[in-house]
Amino acid sequence: MVKKKIRGVFSRCYLGLILIILYLPILMLIIASVNASPRNKAIWQGFSLQGYVDLFENETIRQALITTLLLAAGAGLIATVLGTMVCIGMMGMRKRTRAAIMGVTNIPLLNADIVTGIALMLLFSRFVELSFWTMLVAHVTLIIPYVTLSVQPKAAQLNMSAYEAAIDLGATFPYAVWKVVLPELMPGILTGFLLAFTMSLDDFSVTYFTKAPGIHTMSTMINAEYRRGIQTEIYALSTLVFLIVLLALFLMNRRSRTAQREGE
Amino acid sequence: MRKLGARILAGPYMIWMLVFTIIPLLLILYNAFTNTGGQFTLGNVAAIADPVNAGPLWLSLKMSVAVTGICLILAFPLALILRQISSDKNSFIVMIFILPMWMNFMLRTLAWRLILLNNGFLNQALNIMDMDPIYLMNTKTAVILGTAYDYFPFMVLPIYNALVKIDRDVIQAAQDLGAGDWVILGRIILPLSIPGIVSGITMVLVPSMSEFVIASMLGGGKVYMIGNVIEQAFNSGYADTHLGCGLSLSLMGLIIISMIAYYFFDRGGEGSALW
Repeated sequence: MVKKKIRGVFSRCYLGLILIILYLPILMLIIASVNASPRNKAIWQGFSLQGYVDLFENETIRQALITTLLLAAGAGLIATVLGTMVCIGMMGMRKRTRAAIMGVTNIPLLNADIVTGIALMLLFSRFVELSFWTMLVAHVTLIIPYVTLSVQPKAAQLNMSAYEAAIDLGATFPYAVWKVVLPELMPGILTGFLLAFTMSLDDFSVTYFTKAPGIHTMSTMINAEYRRGIQTEIYALSTLVFLIVLLALFLMNRRSRTAQREGE
Repeated sequence: MRKLGARILAGPYMIWMLVFTIIPLLLILYNAFTNTGGQFTLGNVAAIADPVNAGPLWLSLKMSVAVTGICLILAFPLALILRQISSDKNSFIVMIFILPMWMNFMLRTLAWRLILLNNGFLNQALNIMDMDPIYLMNTKTAVILGTAYDYFPFMVLPIYNALVKIDRDVIQAAQDLGAGDWVILGRIILPLSIPGIVSGITMVLVPSMSEFVIASMLGGGKVYMIGNVIEQAFNSGYADTHLGCGLSLSLMGLIIISMIAYYFFDRGGEGSALW
């Protein structure tokens, strides 16, 4: 019994320690965002919200934010549609073809981002001008494996008899897919989309190599600007990003709890 | 069309992967083995043996192993504890530990700059405690710390997912048969979590090896990794696409090795089951 107690205390201490390591840097960003000190953000010189005011007037950041969100949403959507389609399509294939497709799917996932970025840059620079659209294509390519790998297990578990019953009862193929197959795949599709969206938001390397001059995402904007003057705005932005993410987590948690209670 | 799976649905995806994954990689291969005149050469690939390039490659290898080691040592006990206090894959407490992953990773790296700068938070804290300052900025240690911080969640999740799958009855049975905690850990939990550990290692090792932006943000140009060499080959005044492609092959080689390891061990798909 005593041993169990000691282990419990140890566990708690360890969790606390890791939490501190994980959140300390974020706390530092938040402190820096409200620091009035004009140059060195690590030296406290009084409280100020000027960074937040500047943030909303800063055109560079606004543009970068819009580009980032458009890219993530657009690429996430395209990747989700393509990834879901291939998972439905794969069900009618032989095992070997399926394995080949899954093998190719793993390439962008396991390949170093820098190599993916360079490879796409070589392709684009040969045939087209770099633009927002090439960035979109690059992001889809980077994130598509996350969709396929999230949907595929759900497709493999799919109950085929429900689909066959729908067909027997006169449903057309698209109707049966829409009404019977897609609802069953939905959890995987949602997970895949969210994962793809996050990976697109987070990407630096691929964007860096495929971006058009003059267009920035958050990542490349930070890379271009962090040594220069707009630091406070970036810290203010990161504080806001963190708060939004935290809020989303709390909402998700509450929703899933309510869902659980309703399920019981 | 009775059988589900109109194969045509796979068409767009296969075309996409062919055009934007396979052909670009072939382009890298083509560029790596030719010179600017389009003639065959092994020079670009052989350039990796040049100390100017081999040094950074070796450094990247060592540093990514250090990063992966730190992540693994910290993540495994965490995943074990998380498994004990939550059985649900999406439970709140687990999410808390994954949350920093959703911050842009450039922002996370920027945070480490604030801490490690010579008059940053770390040295101010040391100053208050009357201790000597530590100058970590622009050192390998700084880059290792920053990279480990960035990729930590990618180690925790696969291991946690593998641990959650372990049947509690199996552990109960071992306990009933008189196995101690360490025996259970070493002979049941550890072997069953190998797929998760391997996924975690691949997901941390490969990206941290090819990383170049963390090295430039926290290493200030003094920590020169293979990623930086390749990036410079494309984006500096001395840009040489063919050389850059030749050098990227070294990274691709390492990745193929890790891919084989991945296929060998990760049959359960913990790596992809991030959520």
